[in-house]
Amino acid sequence: MNNPTTGRRPLGAFFIAAGLAAMAIALLVDAASLTQGGGYAGVGPADVPRMVAGGLLVLSVWTVVSGLRGEMPVPPKQDYGPVFWILLGLGLQLVLLHSAGFIIASALLFACTARGLGQRNLPLALAIGLALTTPVYGIFDKLLKLNLPGGPLEDLIFVNLIPRLFGAAMGS
Amino acid sequence: METLGLLFQGLSVALDPMILLYALIGVTLGTAVGVLPGIGPALTVALLLPVTYGLDPAGSLIMFAGIYYGGMYGGSTTSILLNTPGESASIVTAIEGNKMAKLGRGGPALATAAIGSFVAGLLATLMLAFVAPVVVKLALTLGPRDYFALMILAFVTVSAAFGDSTLRGLTSLFIGLALACVGIDQLTGAARLDFGIPQLLDGIEVTTLAVAMFALGEAMFVAAAIGAPETMNAVNGQVWMSRKDWARSWKAWLRGTFIGFPIGAMPAGGADVASFLSYATEKKFSKHPEEFGHGAIEGVAGPEAANNAAAAGTLVPLLTLGLPTTATAAIMLAGFQQFGLQPGPLLFITNADLVWGLIASLLIANAMLVVLNLPLIGLWIRLLQIPRPWLYGGILVFATLGTIGVNSSPVELGMLILFGVLGYFMRLHGYPIAPVVVGLILGPMAEQQLRRALSIAQGDWTTLVSTPVSAVLLTIAALFLIVPLVMRARGKDQFLRQVGGDSD
Repeated sequence: MNNPTTGRRPLGAFFIAAGLAAMAIALLVDAASLTQGGGYAGVGPADVPRMVAGGLLVLSVWTVVSGLRGEMPVPPKQDYGPVFWILLGLGLQLVLLHSAGFIIASALLFACTARGLGQRNLPLALAIGLALTTPVYGIFDKLLKLNLPGGPLEDLIFVNLIPRLFGAAMGS
Repeated sequence: METLGLLFQGLSVALDPMILLYALIGVTLGTAVGVLPGIGPALTVALLLPVTYGLDPAGSLIMFAGIYYGGMYGGSTTSILLNTPGESASIVTAIEGNKMAKLGRGGPALATAAIGSFVAGLLATLMLAFVAPVVVKLALTLGPRDYFALMILAFVTVSAAFGDSTLRGLTSLFIGLALACVGIDQLTGAARLDFGIPQLLDGIEVTTLAVAMFALGEAMFVAAAIGAPETMNAVNGQVWMSRKDWARSWKAWLRGTFIGFPIGAMPAGGADVASFLSYATEKKFSKHPEEFGHGAIEGVAGPEAANNAAAAGTLVPLLTLGLPTTATAAIMLAGFQQFGLQPGPLLFITNADLVWGLIASLLIANAMLVVLNLPLIGLWIRLLQIPRPWLYGGILVFATLGTIGVNSSPVELGMLILFGVLGYFMRLHGYPIAPVVVGLILGPMAEQQLRRALSIAQGDWTTLVSTPVSAVLLTIAALFLIVPLVMRARGKDQFLRQVGGDSD
C-alpha cells in the first residue's frame, strides 16, 4: 500500500485537500446561518461544526504538504470499466425502483454487478438475478414485513398468482 | 459471587428455545460472512438492522453478537485456505496459516484456529461477565466531562494510534464527524446542513453509511483491482492436530486471550490490533523462531485466540459505557438504539435480564461455533467456491435491500451511492473506513457531553480537565496522538503500519 512515490506530481493529494476544504467551507457557511443560543454553556449549535471545519482545514493543508513531500501513497492501478457497470446498476435501480418494482430493479443491479465482475453473459445474469430477487421480495416484504416497493411484476406474482394458487388448493 | 448468580439468571434467558434459535442464526450468518471475502460482521449487522426492527430486542441483539463472534471464527478459514483474509482481524492468520496450508497442514491450522477461538471466546466472555459489573460501578461516578474525555480517547485510538498514517486516520475521522453534524441539533433543535432537503433533517443513517462504504465501496474496489484471484489450497494430509501441535498451541491460545481481551476492552483498538500484537509475542517467545514465515502453528493459534478475545473485550466499553471502539460495535450500538435501549451503566440496572442473557448467550454461541467450524468446515469451504460475479451481485442486492426496506426514497438511495463512491476512493487512496463510521455515531454523543459539561461549568473550558479521570484520559489520548506521529516521522513505524487494517 505504502509505495514510495515516484516523480509524479501529487495531483491526487491536491484533489483530496480541495475536497476537505470544500467540506469545511460548507460547514462554516451553514454555521454562519444558525442562530447561536449558547445558553449557560456558551457553546451553541454552530460551534462544534466550526471546530470540525477547523480540523478539516488543518488536515487539508497537511494533505497538501504531505503530497508535496511525496508522502501520499500512489493508488493501485484500477480498471474503471467494472466500477462503471456497478454504478450503472445502482443508478438503474434508483431510477426504476418505484416504477418497475423491487424485483426487476434489483435484478438489473445484480446483472450489472455480475457483468462488472467479469460475467459476460448478460441475459443469464439477468435470469439468475430474477431468480434471486423474486424470493427475496417474497421473504422480506411478505413474511418479514419490510416495505419494499412493488410494481407490475410484484402485483402479478404476489397479489394475483400466489393467492389464486393457494385459493385453488384450499378450495379443492 | 453476585456475578455468578446473575450469569445463571442470564442462562435461563439464553436457554429459551427462541433465543437459542436467534443465537444459532447469528453464529451461522457470522461464520458465513467471516468466510466470504469482502463482507464482514459490521456490514452484516448493518444489513440486518432493518429486518430486526419488528423482532424481539433481546433475540436480535444476541443474534448481532453471534454474528460478531462468528465473523472472527469464519475469517480464519479464508485466511488459511485462500490467503485473502475473510475479515480484517484475520490478516495475521494468513501469514502462517496459508503457509501451513501450502505444506499440506491446512487441517491442523484450521483446527488450532477453531479451538483457539473457542478457548479464547470462553475465557474472554467470562472475563467480560466479571469485569463489566466493576466498570459499571466506576461508570456511575463519571460525569459528562469524563465521558467527553473517554470519547476523545476512542476517537484517537480508532483513527490515529495505529495504521500507516496519522494524517489519513484523522482525515477519515473528521469526514465522519462532519457527516455527523448533518441534521437537527439534539440540544437546541436547530437544523444543520440540511440544504433544504427534508430527509436530511434526521441526520445520516449509520447503517446507510456503513453499508455504502463496506459493501458498495468494497465491491467497486474488488471489481476494479487488476490481477488474478488467489487459488484455494485444498485440505489434504492429516486433518487433526498431533500431540506436538497441541503442545505448541495451548500456551499460544492463553497468551492470545490475555493479550486480546484488554486490547478490546481498553478502547485501544479492535481485534486486528490484538491479533498483530499476539503474533509479535508468539514470534518472540517461540522455541522455533526459524519456522515463523514458513508455517509456524503458534502464529495461527495466538492471533486467532487474540481476535476472538478482543471481540469479547470490545463488548465491555460498549455495554458498560455505551462507547463503541470498532465499526461493528458502532453498528451494534445503533442496534440498541433502534430498540430504544441506551447501552451504559444504567442498562445493567434497567435491563439486567437482557444484558446477562446476552452475555450468557455468548457462552452458548461459542459452543455452537466450535461445532459449526470443525465438523462442518467442508460446508464453508464450498461457500468459497461461489463465482465472484454471483457473489458480489448478491451482496449488492442485499446491501441495497436493507436501505430500501427502511426508506426507499431516491434521496436515501442517492446517499447510498454517493457514500459508496466515497468509500471506494478512500480505499483507493489508503484511507481507513472504520473511523468514518465511529465518527458518525460517536460525534453527536461527544458533542452532547461537551456541551453538557460546559453548561454545568457555566462555559468554563478548564472544567474539561478538572477531574482526575478526564485529565488522565485526555493525556493518554494526547500521547496516543503524538507518540505514533513522532515514531512515523523517524521512520520507526513498520510496527504501526502492520497493525493498522481496514478494521471491521
